[in-house]
Amino acid sequence: MDKNNNPVLLQIQDVHKEFDNKKILNGINLSLHTGEVLVVLGPSGCGKSTLLRCLNGLEKIQGGDIKFKDTSFNAKNTNWQEIHEKIGMVFQNYELFPHMTVIENILLGPLKVQKRNKAEALTQAEQLLEKVGLLDRKDSYPRQLSGGQKQRIAIVRALCMNPEIILFDEVTASLDPEMVREVLDVILGLAKNGMTMVIVTHEMGFARSVADRIIFMDGGKICEESEPNEFFTNPKTERAKHFLNIFQY
Amino acid sequence: MQNSGIDVIFQGKNFQRLFEGLFITAEIAFISIIIGSVLGIIIGLSRTTESKAVLFINRVYLEAFRIIPTLVWLFIFYFGVTTALNISLSGEIVSIIVFSLWGGAEMGDIVRGALQSLPKHQIESGKALGLNYFKLYRYVLIPQAIRRMIPGTINLATRMIKTTSLVVLIGVIDVVKIGQQIIESSRFELPTASFWVYGFIFFLYFIICYPLSKISKSLETKWNN
Amino acid sequence: MNIDWNFIVTSLPLYEKAAYLTLKLAFVGIIISLVIGILCSIILYFKVKVMHSIVQAYIELSRNTPLLVQIFFLYFGLPKLGIKMSESTCAIIGLAFLGGSYMAEAFRSGLEAVSKLQIESGISIGLSKNQLIRYVIIPQAFSISMPSLSANCIFLLKETSILGAISIVDVTNLTKDLIGMYYRTFESLTMLVAVYLIMILPLSFILSWLERKVRYAEFGN
Repeated sequence: MDKNNNPVLLQIQDVHKEFDNKKILNGINLSLHTGEVLVVLGPSGCGKSTLLRCLNGLEKIQGGDIKFKDTSFNAKNTNWQEIHEKIGMVFQNYELFPHMTVIENILLGPLKVQKRNKAEALTQAEQLLEKVGLLDRKDSYPRQLSGGQKQRIAIVRALCMNPEIILFDEVTASLDPEMVREVLDVILGLAKNGMTMVIVTHEMGFARSVADRIIFMDGGKICEESEPNEFFTNPKTERAKHFLNIFQY
Repeated sequence: MQNSGIDVIFQGKNFQRLFEGLFITAEIAFISIIIGSVLGIIIGLSRTTESKAVLFINRVYLEAFRIIPTLVWLFIFYFGVTTALNISLSGEIVSIIVFSLWGGAEMGDIVRGALQSLPKHQIESGKALGLNYFKLYRYVLIPQAIRRMIPGTINLATRMIKTTSLVVLIGVIDVVKIGQQIIESSRFELPTASFWVYGFIFFLYFIICYPLSKISKSLETKWNN
Repeated sequence: MNIDWNFIVTSLPLYEKAAYLTLKLAFVGIIISLVIGILCSIILYFKVKVMHSIVQAYIELSRNTPLLVQIFFLYFGLPKLGIKMSESTCAIIGLAFLGGSYMAEAFRSGLEAVSKLQIESGISIGLSKNQLIRYVIIPQAFSISMPSLSANCIFLLKETSILGAISIVDVTNLTKDLIGMYYRTFESLTMLVAVYLIMILPLSFILSWLERKVRYAEFGN
């Protein structure tokens, strides 16, 4: 299915970002369509995590514009609360709230931010927990869970806000190898159901199977943009070739 | 006849006497800090032993000073020990004894904390380089331990200086007592003396303790980076 | 040595009364310090204009001067300006003034220790600034600063020992008077130490229990 014919959800135009006088993003242009899964790859320091964090406003850009549907991030009266509701994020270190149970973590956003009906939100939360196989842990505290469980809960927490896009920032980088798979399976499931996602990861096999498009970044620019199969078997640029070689033994 | 309350401080020998009182305060604090530090280092080092009896005694000693207020210890020595041993001790001597013991207990804890916080791998890598026990302590561990102890020690010194204000309650003629004498003698000429005198003493303590705490903070930030 | 049990028994009611007064003053002082402390630390954390500098000055002034001098100033000094207060009021104001800055420092450390990532996590689910403070930052700050806050509570209870200097009959002042009147030094001092143990040890246990209950933040997210 050609996801490129779907409407553009997120338009990233000539985005520049600096940090401490160092250029991190140097003119990024990208379009994200509904239902698309973009995977951003690249060596350390290429700016992929920073780009991701710009996409939901955690980092401010110094040049260019990011538009979510018709709303520009640069506008004076951007409704950031709405942006955060519509663009969810899952962090590398899960960042669940330690003083709340699993279910309280999940319901905080829906109840306090979206002001939804408690029974309705609870039903959705429980359904989602069931899907990831963690319904029996809904009254546990984060400290009682393993890394893989916490990350799956973090995904559920993001999903329960009914976002239109979810951003994943190296979400398996902190996990022990045995737990990586259970989390990636959840994300694959979301992709199959048509969720629009931008994923930063080092898991190459996963990237290949989940992505609709691979974005390869280096030095704050997009070096290559192609279909996954093409990228992994026939990279066009030297840098991409070099990067992929690192993963071959 | 004064036209301003603050003049009472500068009238006659008042200013000089206040500073003499301050000197007594500083003297008690200073001597106690020295004795307390020596005592504390001994205790701190002793806490690294395996002997349960030593650790227990140390623990009781530390907790005794943590639970019982300093003023009560001053009373215990000033009234209790003197009665029990049938001797007479001046307020100053009692103060120095109590503050030194208090200092010893707290310094002991600071020393122990500093030694325990040293990274174990430093000891191992030192041994791997062939340093023997004493050289290891002298060149590697002690300089680092001293660094870690300094903020806590300055903090303790500041607290001690503030607490020396209590010695007026066991009859020592410190700056607070002299302030009270000045107020008493100015009773008729300047009824509002107590406002100015206590205000001034407040200010004196502040200009002693504030720089100390600032030094401690800046050392801490400098060494944490 | 002869222990005068009769003296001990007859003094007990006096100690009880003094202990109640001590605990009452300490309790009120602690509660007010906590309120002052939390407000001040929030002002410092968010660097509220103008108030920020006032709070910093307050903290430096109260932390670098002895409680005894502060209380003498309140009780003997202020009346000369026409501000007359009872001993109990002076005691409570003194304890709260000093305690407030200690609590402020403790709680401010807690606020600053809440990880930036936790705050970003809250932002990412759309929490407003007030909601972040209420649901994410303050609960975790409490948990982190509990040990310091409880140490401060015990500190304030111990500081009540100096209130005898403004004629408040706390347990230490009572003991001093009894020794002066009856010369039963050993019995009086022993009772004094016992009363402090009875007041402080249970408080210490309760606070430790609270600390444990609240310690979730230390085990990671």
